[in-house]
Amino acid sequence: MWYFKNALTRKNLMALTGLFLSFFLIIHLVGNLQLLLPAKEAQLQYNWYSELLSGSWFIKIVSYGLYASILIHAVDAFYLSQKSRMLSGQYAKDRRNRASSWYARHMMLLGLIIFAFLVIHFKDFWYPYKFGEIGLDADGQKDLYSLVVVAFQDWWYVILYAVAILALGFHLIHGVFSATRSLGLYSPFYTKMVKGVSLVFGIILSLGYLIIPIYLFINN
Amino acid sequence: MKIHLNVWRQKHKDSKGAIVKYSLNEVAPEMSFLEMLDMLNLKLAKKGERPIEFDHDCREGICGQCGLMINGIAHGPLKNTTTCQLHMRSFKDGDTIYIEPFKAKAFPVIRDLKVDRSAFDAIIAAGGYVSVNTGQAPEANSVMVTHDEAESAFDSAACIGCGACVATCKNASAALFTSAKISHLAKLPQGKKESEQRTVNMVNRMENLEFGHCTNTEACEVECPQEISVLNIARMNFEYNKAKL
Repeated sequence: MWYFKNALTRKNLMALTGLFLSFFLIIHLVGNLQLLLPAKEAQLQYNWYSELLSGSWFIKIVSYGLYASILIHAVDAFYLSQKSRMLSGQYAKDRRNRASSWYARHMMLLGLIIFAFLVIHFKDFWYPYKFGEIGLDADGQKDLYSLVVVAFQDWWYVILYAVAILALGFHLIHGVFSATRSLGLYSPFYTKMVKGVSLVFGIILSLGYLIIPIYLFINN
Repeated sequence: MKIHLNVWRQKHKDSKGAIVKYSLNEVAPEMSFLEMLDMLNLKLAKKGERPIEFDHDCREGICGQCGLMINGIAHGPLKNTTTCQLHMRSFKDGDTIYIEPFKAKAFPVIRDLKVDRSAFDAIIAAGGYVSVNTGQAPEANSVMVTHDEAESAFDSAACIGCGACVATCKNASAALFTSAKISHLAKLPQGKKESEQRTVNMVNRMENLEFGHCTNTEACEVECPQEISVLNIARMNFEYNKAKL
């Protein structure tokens, strides 16, 4: 397969899957912002939206692309970082960290936090909604809204989400800009612009995702 | 000035190295860092001990031969400076300085602070040249190069191949070095013709030489004595993808 060839092609694949996942995060956030509506309205609308998505064949195909992207992105990252770890030198005194940001150096760690969070996220919401037993709302729709609201009544669960979302934010700030570099964007003007866009993207997305659990915790 | 030194000593390629402590009492602030090491070696030689081996050549910041990890930073605390252009005035009386070789799997230590950077030569040999017919020098104006193109190519060509990028990179990636050579030639009409083949060959060679991957932390540019831009790496990725697609 072409992408197994070398570190450059593997990074291309990580960049493409990463950008696809970043695009998904926008759509996912926009959908989830419906949770901020007044409770009664939010319940019916959010459950209606969830059924709409799970009933669509187009979304089904996209979701398989998403699962594949997550796996490829994670496996490639793990493979490359493990390989490079063996190749780099160890120093008795090491101050190499002065030259780069901590989150750029720890993308793997941030990625691991995000992956662990995804396992919890899938187990608590995706799995019960798809395969578990779940109550119905006034319109006879699967009541995902109540499942979410109940989950965010525990303070530790909100903190768990906050940590994961902060990790995601920093991962995005470096990841989006790094992806464009790996794909070969070398114009000084556009690379500067993309760096700014990545920063704003990471901040807006993490703030957007942070508001939801905090709002649900306070309001219930 | 009194200076305490913690120096990496290693007998040969396969032996296990360790930090050895030394002290110097009469270090002058105007001494270069390498002159300070010369002073230590003189002292060691007088005592009948084996001097510390380290790489150097021009001592003018041009050749890229010298390169030490000084207090955990490639070429020491000053930005965009080679080791030979670092002076003892950058340190204080009583300071302890760690001196280690540039370390990476692709840069094996030969002895003490001397490392084998021939992996860089192997990358160059894979394509860092242009194929031209020998003979009389052609008319200079027959191939037009704009001022901006020439400047930009020269910025890439300024890489002295010291290896600070590899030593600084957490992944021991040679992306900055290889990409500087690739984009230097890709930017000029003489090098453009073979650009695709060159890029593929040099990237493949780099891959086979135990260098790591690039995660765009940009640390290499920060510690590079020649301020080689990381945009060269993006250019290399572009050229590689263009060649393959």
